[in-house]
Order: sequence, then C-alpha cells, then structure tokens
Amino acid sequence: MMKKYLPFLPLIAFVVCVHLLTSWTGTLYYLTQMTMSAYYALLIIGLCVVMGYAGQISLGHAGFFAIGGYLSAALTTRNLLPFEDTAVLRMLDALGVLMKGQDIYGEVIVVITPWAACITAVCVAALLAFFIGVPALKLKGHYLAMATLGFGIIIYRVVLASEYFGEADGISEVPPFVLAGSLAVSGDFSERISNYYIAWVLVIAGVVLLRNLIDSRVGRALRAIHGAEDAAGSMGVDTARYKLHVFVLSAVFAAIAGVFMTHYNGSIGPSEAGVMKSVRYVAIVAVGGMAHLWGALIMAIILNFLSLRGVFGSYDDAVFGLILIVIMLFAPNGLLRINLRSKLQAFFSRAKRAEEV
Amino acid sequence: MALLRLEKLHKRFGGLKAVNDVSFAVNEGQIKAVIGPNGAGKTTLFNLIAGSLPASSGSITFKKWQLRRKKSYQIAALGIARTFQNIKMFNGMTALENVMVGRHVRSGAGFLSSMFHTPWARREEKEIRDRSMELLDLLDIAECADVEATSLAFGQQRAVELARALALEPDLILLDEPAAGLNIYETAEMGRLITRIRDLGITVLLVEHDMSLVMDISDEIVVLSFGEKISEGLPSEIQNDPEVIKIYLGE
Repeated sequence: MMKKYLPFLPLIAFVVCVHLLTSWTGTLYYLTQMTMSAYYALLIIGLCVVMGYAGQISLGHAGFFAIGGYLSAALTTRNLLPFEDTAVLRMLDALGVLMKGQDIYGEVIVVITPWAACITAVCVAALLAFFIGVPALKLKGHYLAMATLGFGIIIYRVVLASEYFGEADGISEVPPFVLAGSLAVSGDFSERISNYYIAWVLVIAGVVLLRNLIDSRVGRALRAIHGAEDAAGSMGVDTARYKLHVFVLSAVFAAIAGVFMTHYNGSIGPSEAGVMKSVRYVAIVAVGGMAHLWGALIMAIILNFLSLRGVFGSYDDAVFGLILIVIMLFAPNGLLRINLRSKLQAFFSRAKRAEEV
Repeated sequence: MALLRLEKLHKRFGGLKAVNDVSFAVNEGQIKAVIGPNGAGKTTLFNLIAGSLPASSGSITFKKWQLRRKKSYQIAALGIARTFQNIKMFNGMTALENVMVGRHVRSGAGFLSSMFHTPWARREEKEIRDRSMELLDLLDIAECADVEATSLAFGQQRAVELARALALEPDLILLDEPAAGLNIYETAEMGRLITRIRDLGITVLLVEHDMSLVMDISDEIVVLSFGEKISEGLPSEIQNDPEVIKIYLGE
C-alpha cells in the first residue's frame, strides 16, 4: 500500500522545491509556465494511456482540449440576457447555473457559472470521443489516428470560422473559476502560487487514478490488447469496448485540462486547437516512452516549460516534429529507457578499437 | 451428452473450401482430438469455434447457445478457452499477469472502481492474484511468476498459456497443437497434463500432429482431410481405418 505511493514523494518534493526556490530567488514568474505545463501534462498522461497501454494513436487531442477550453470560455462569457424570457433560460436559472457578470464595457451580463460550463464541456468532449471512437475502434489498425486527425482539423476550422467562438481572436475576459471559498483558477498575479498548487494537485490526482487503472483488471486487459489483440479477445476481453472507454477517458482528461487552462489564462485562441498541437502531444508521449506514465509526465513538464519560455523560438513546431522523428529512429522506447551505460560502453569500445587500428 | 455440436459447418476463403460440411459432437467430459495432414483445416475449424473467424454457413452449438454469430470475447465468457498453435503471450507482461488476464471474465472491476481502487476492487484483485498463483503452482511454474512471459523457455510458455486458459474456468478447452515444439519427455508430460485437465471436469478438444500423444489420451478422434471429415471414432478404429491410412501414407 505504502510502496505504491512511494514514487509520488519525490514528485511532491519537486513541486514544493520549485515553489520555494522561485520565491527565494525572486523568480516567481516561472510558476506561471510551470502551471501551464502541468495542465498540458494532464492531457499528456491521458494520451499516454491511450498510446502506450491501449496501443492507439490520437491525433485529435488538441481538439478535445479546445472543446474543453472553448466551451467553458464561451459559456461563461457569452451574454444570455437577450434570452431572458425564454423557458430554457428560466429553467437554467431555476437550476442555479446562471450568474451575473460584466463585459469589457462594464455592462451587466448573464452567463453560465464556471462549474456548470466545466461539466458541460467535459460531457461534450466525452460524447464526441465516444462517437468518433465507436466506428474507428471496431477496426483493427490505426483508424483512430485517421478519424481523430479529421476531427482535429474540423474543430480548428470551426473555432476559426465561428463568431460565437471569436474567430481568429479567440475568447478573452474569461472569468475566474471559483472552486471553493477563495480558491479560484485565475491568472491573477496574487493567486499565482495557489494556482500553481491547484494545477499540480490535479496532475498528481490524475497520475494516481491512471496508475491505479493500469495496475488493475482493466489495465491488464488494455495491456493484453496491446500485447496480442486476438489472444486478448479469446480470453474474454471485449477489445473494442476497452479501447473506446480508454479513449473517452483520455478525452475527458484533455477537456478538463482545457477548461482549467482557459480559466487560468483568462482566454483561449485557435492555436490551442491546431493539429500541430496534437502532433506535439503525440511527440511528447513518444519521448516519454509510450507505456511509461512517469516518463510522459516528466517530458511533458520539461518540453512544455521550455516551449512556453520560448527557448525554441519560432522553430517551436519544427522542434517537436524533429523530436518525433529522432525518437522514432533512435529511441523508440523513449528517452528515459535508453540504456545509457551500454550505449556509452558501445561507443567507447568502438573508439578504442579505432585507436588500436 | 453433447457439450459442443458442429452441424454442416462451412468456411470458404474465396474459392478455397477450408472447412467443408463438417459435423461432429464433443461429449461432456471427454478428450476429443482432431487430426489430419497439413492444410486439412484443423486450425480454421478451431478459429470458427472460438469466434476468431466467421463461418460461411452451418451451426455451432455450445450447451444451449448458438456460437456462429458471436464474437470471440462473448464465446470466452460462455466458458470456452483456447490456446494457440504459435503461443500468443501478452508482450511486456509477467507470467502471473498473463494468467491474471485469464480471470477477466470471472471478475468485474470496471474503469471507475479500478481508478478509485475501491475496497471491493482490491478484494477482487487479491482473489485474481491468488487464484492465478494456484494455477501456476498446479502447472509447476510458480517460480516463473514474476518473469516476463515472452522471455521464458518454450515449454514454460506453453504451461503459462495453459494456465491462462484454465484461469477462465472453462467448460470446454480448445488446445491447438499443445505438443508442437516439445521434446518427447515434455510431450509425455503434456499428455498427463491434458488428462488431468479432463479429470478436473473440463472437456478437451485438441488439434495435434503427434500421433502417439493423440492415440494415448484421446477418447475419440475426428479425421479431417482437405476440409472434409473423412472419419470419426475410437483411437483403435481410426488406426485401422483404410481411408485414414490412405491419406497419411498414400496408396
């Protein structure tokens, strides 16, 4: 029991150390990128289970992230006052999911509460994942990659073309997401530290849940599908159903990440829905080592942090494309699984032999 | 009483009749063998019964169920387990984990109870682990429990595969060439094992090339040639059947 949670101690220590170190050196601004990286990491660990344990590739996870972000942004900012007298709005009011807000001109508007918007967004993402997954996952092979690629492009074009989703500008002025009491997801500088911890609590909870899943009957079934699909079937594993469920689960992780990130940034734009973002997520899972939840998490934090700090400059997307190619060629089991010692030994023995000659 | 009954079963791959009008029954508690030269359609027949391939026509009845339109996972849930000719271990999983997958249809933890690790799921997990360990013990490979299954010796992999199939608690077990690749000692051991499985109350249907094994342990034998059943009977009858001798030895 204790042993299972042991790997989380270094992670928690790391999270706290980063906070203390940045506050000590007066570089608290790093926490902003750490928080955003954590939200991306939440999406990536979900994708890792789909890719590494169920053996499927999704090229549409930016789409699910965008559905989460865009729906919660639109529902919490778009004024419903013109529909005041309709039955639907009265019903929503009775349910207690409406709240008053202000638009950028200070006018009073009526919007959906962040909690209700969050739940709606996550449900929509799950439903869409279900409808894409049902036909695509009945077939063996990489049909899911094709279907999700198409889905990702559709989502990108829809948010870019639709006035409701703000076209090329996206949606800004997204209100804070009050979780409980004074704890709120927002980009307010005074709440930077609490938001840093909110993001990490979410990520750690996500890893705990997924680790439990992998070490269970369901996880074994998923790994069996990956190991030998027909044998899994004849052991009674409904392969299509399991692949579908894990895909929907990962879409839920992506949507939750999108919702929180949007409230944290106070805005969302079409670049979050781009296909290159999906490719980036796939690349990060590959670097982490596919069936390696911790690897995916570590790489998600490092690479997203560097990218968000602008280390890759305008070559950002190119860098992730390159990473994907290099990993596939030289370390298909991920960067953390390379046996460094044997590689080095091989390198030096070769060098030595060259010397002798 | 017939546990499994095949009636006028056909499987065509394009113009090739891989299984052609095959009918026979497997009675409860017996060991029945399907023999025949290479390409006789034995493995295809197994794939039809296990639901890995759809039959072109005919019927497959198991207890009171019609299997023909069922998927392989549904057939497994009804109580039919199988092994494969070219052992199919689950890559990246230990021997024990492989056997634990066999408990799948006898357990029920879903996504939510697994993720939240409920006390109920934990109890079930322990039951799965204990039961699987018992089976590894039964097959004398308990010491390999934590070794990755694909790195085990061939004979041990066979045993793991058998344990995995038994973990399902089947009423009928389909063994596709259980002695393939085994030496004569291991083959004799496999024969004893199969008899022991039958004595546990599990009906056995096997495809096998090793004639000494088949003649030793089978209660009844079906002979296939070019997809058709050419003979069926007791081992002693089959040994003396001129048709069978003709296909094995030529005229």
